Amino acid sequence: MDAVFKALADASRRELLDRLRAESGLTLGQLCERLAKAGSPMTRQAVSKHLAILEEANLVAAVKRGREKLHYLNPVPIHEIAERWIGKFERSRLQALSDLKKDLEAHDE
Amino acid sequence: MSKPSFVYVTYIRTTPEELWAALTDPRTIRRYWFGMSAESDFKAGSPWRLKLDDGRVADAGEILEADPPRRLVIRWRNEFRPELKAEGYSRCTMQIEMADYYPDFGGKAAKLTIRHEIEGEGGKFIEAVSGGWPKVLSNLKSLLETGDVAFKE
Repeated sequence: MDAVFKALADASRRELLDRLRAESGLTLGQLCERLAKAGSPMTRQAVSKHLAILEEANLVAAVKRGREKLHYLNPVPIHEIAERWIGKFERSRLQALSDLKKDLEAHDE
Repeated sequence: MSKPSFVYVTYIRTTPEELWAALTDPRTIRRYWFGMSAESDFKAGSPWRLKLDDGRVADAGEILEADPPRRLVIRWRNEFRPELKAEGYSRCTMQIEMADYYPDFGGKAAKLTIRHEIEGEGGKFIEAVSGGWPKVLSNLKSLLETGDVAFKE
């Protein structure tokens, strides 16, 4: 989960996620084009470096198709964070607090 | 191979065999899929159906590939909402690999990748299933790691 927060703590990386949310399955080159079009150009090297950090945090999933590598926004870790800290409060505060405690303690090993 | 409409990935601290069992055992599926039950023997060529609590069929299709505990491909169409059914069959691929867990936890985990793709225009169907998957995957992860699910309803 540290990797997720670290990855999200950067405006350029959030911009990349926004572009992938708008359009799924982009190659590195297409991402660079979309960023330029959206008024926030980035060098190919910078995009490549940020993508690696996002992939490491599992916020971006990449699939190979032929010689191309397509990038997708993977919302699952963000959903897990919401479920851990927000979803439970919506349903039942007490249950949420006890689950959160259990969860945090279990991961504290 | 057509371009997947979405790709979802989750890492679960379990073995590929247990993850495969959770994806193919109707009683386990019921526990994390909001009361939906699957009907299939999960062998290549077999029919597959996902039924609502009240017995109505929500989705149906067939198992295209089954390679336990690594790869499951389902031909999948919504049967319940006419506007989604009209978009035709999609293809859902579930891939299981061993991988390193998130670096801050260390250790090994089973990596589950879900890809869903549809021929032609499948905007509404893809929107419907893409919203559901994160919740189902969250529940599945929580069930396998802690023995309970987060969302019951």
